[in-house]
Amino acid sequence: MQLAIKRILFFIGLFALWELAIWIFSIPPVILPSPTTVFSSLFESLADGSLLKDLRASFSRLLIGLSIALIIGVLLGILLAKFKTADETLGSLILALQSIPSIVWLPLAIMWFGLNEKAVIFIVVLGGTIVMTINMRTGIKNVQPLYTKAAQTMGSTGIDLFFRVILPASVPYAVTGTRLAWAFAWRALMAGELLSSGPGLGYTLKYASDFGRMDMVMAIMVVIGVIGVTVDILIFQRIEKKVMIKWGLEQKEAA
Amino acid sequence: MFLSINNVQKSFPNQGKTEQVLRDINLNIEKGEFVSLLGPSGCGKSTVLNIIAGLLRPSEGELYLDNQQITKPGNDRGMVFQQAALFPWLSVEENVMFPLKKIMKKQEARETAQKYLQLVQLSAYANHSPHELSGGMQQRVAIARALAMSPRVLLMDEPFGALDEQTRIRLHDELERIWVETKKTIIFVTHSIQEAIKLSDRIIVMGTQPGRILQDIPIDIERPREKHLQQMAQYEEQIMKLLKNEIDKVAEEELKYAVSN
Repeated sequence: MQLAIKRILFFIGLFALWELAIWIFSIPPVILPSPTTVFSSLFESLADGSLLKDLRASFSRLLIGLSIALIIGVLLGILLAKFKTADETLGSLILALQSIPSIVWLPLAIMWFGLNEKAVIFIVVLGGTIVMTINMRTGIKNVQPLYTKAAQTMGSTGIDLFFRVILPASVPYAVTGTRLAWAFAWRALMAGELLSSGPGLGYTLKYASDFGRMDMVMAIMVVIGVIGVTVDILIFQRIEKKVMIKWGLEQKEAA
Repeated sequence: MFLSINNVQKSFPNQGKTEQVLRDINLNIEKGEFVSLLGPSGCGKSTVLNIIAGLLRPSEGELYLDNQQITKPGNDRGMVFQQAALFPWLSVEENVMFPLKKIMKKQEARETAQKYLQLVQLSAYANHSPHELSGGMQQRVAIARALAMSPRVLLMDEPFGALDEQTRIRLHDELERIWVETKKTIIFVTHSIQEAIKLSDRIIVMGTQPGRILQDIPIDIERPREKHLQQMAQYEEQIMKLLKNEIDKVAEEELKYAVSN
């Protein structure tokens, strides 16, 4: 509870300072809009339903992109963990790709798919796939040998061993991979939408910027940030924590 | 002969050299016997057990269980490790059902699992997750899981080594009771002389460098053995004398290692 109060006070203070600074230095709204105008345009876009429309469009792209990324990531991770040659060749390529922000693929993606949904989804898929692949690979490689040995003494081998022991044993890493893939995909989506066509949060942000509506730009930035944090904390961190405790990788906090 | 180990040798490559860890292991075990492999660390007692389990291959020699050669792990040999090795994504009951999935229908598997959970007195915890159980309870589930597939031999690799003293004593009694009820052949690896004397029909005392059998000692004390403390003490003294040299050797080796580092 104290934590909540501290945070509320911090944000009230921050907004007050911000408002005050704009008033004292008379900063024009195209340079930095005041928090009141930011929040009023946030409510405005909420009220006229445009924000909801943008959210729906962005989330549908994200869901498609992230789902594809997770499926490819799991499969590639398994491939790299199980086949040494694939790991030594394809694995090095994937590590190299990791250092390229997925958005820089957009020019190519536009040439391949056109300036449309598909190009943006491609960026999202790239953003999520690589981190999922790397986590899945680590998860399968790090399965406790004790689990495998125990299963073998119970007559489990080959495919049976893989599906009933190795895959479930790597779930904690898969969950972490999913959380990171979401974070990467979300950033990639916003970047992609900024440079693509609407509707969508990123697109509306770009649109507002073209008309010098910095209050709207910041309102959307707030929405992007809030969604990013909320999904991470409310969904992924909770699941991750539960899995970690159940898999015995983390002790339950003393309640 | 039920289980026979003939001329087993085992060496591992170690820093470019081959290091012999087991030399001339010959052992015959009768059906229903409770046999302990006892020795200081490094005597290869766990290696012998892993070879019987089929998790390791001997460098030379052969093993036969009921006249069938052992070449790989199989569900005719159940194994209990020092860590319970329960699968955290399954409930207690599902863990016990794990080895049954391929050999019986689901309903039958569930009933069998229930039966063995009852044997270890944990049927009330069937739907719990392993992480909700104490170490001793987890180890009992592991025993139930190994027994549920009706193995011909139960292999136990220092199964109570990670537990506290009180739990260990309770589980000794419980294991003895299970052994009497199921008449299983049990091969039990331990470094505790008292544990071995309390539980076994026979103790195979092993020495180090290379791992080998020093002596095969039948323990002729009526059960329950807590009532014959004096006889137990005599055996303890006998085995202590036998192992004294070996323990000195290990200590010396460790000292050398510490100095060279």
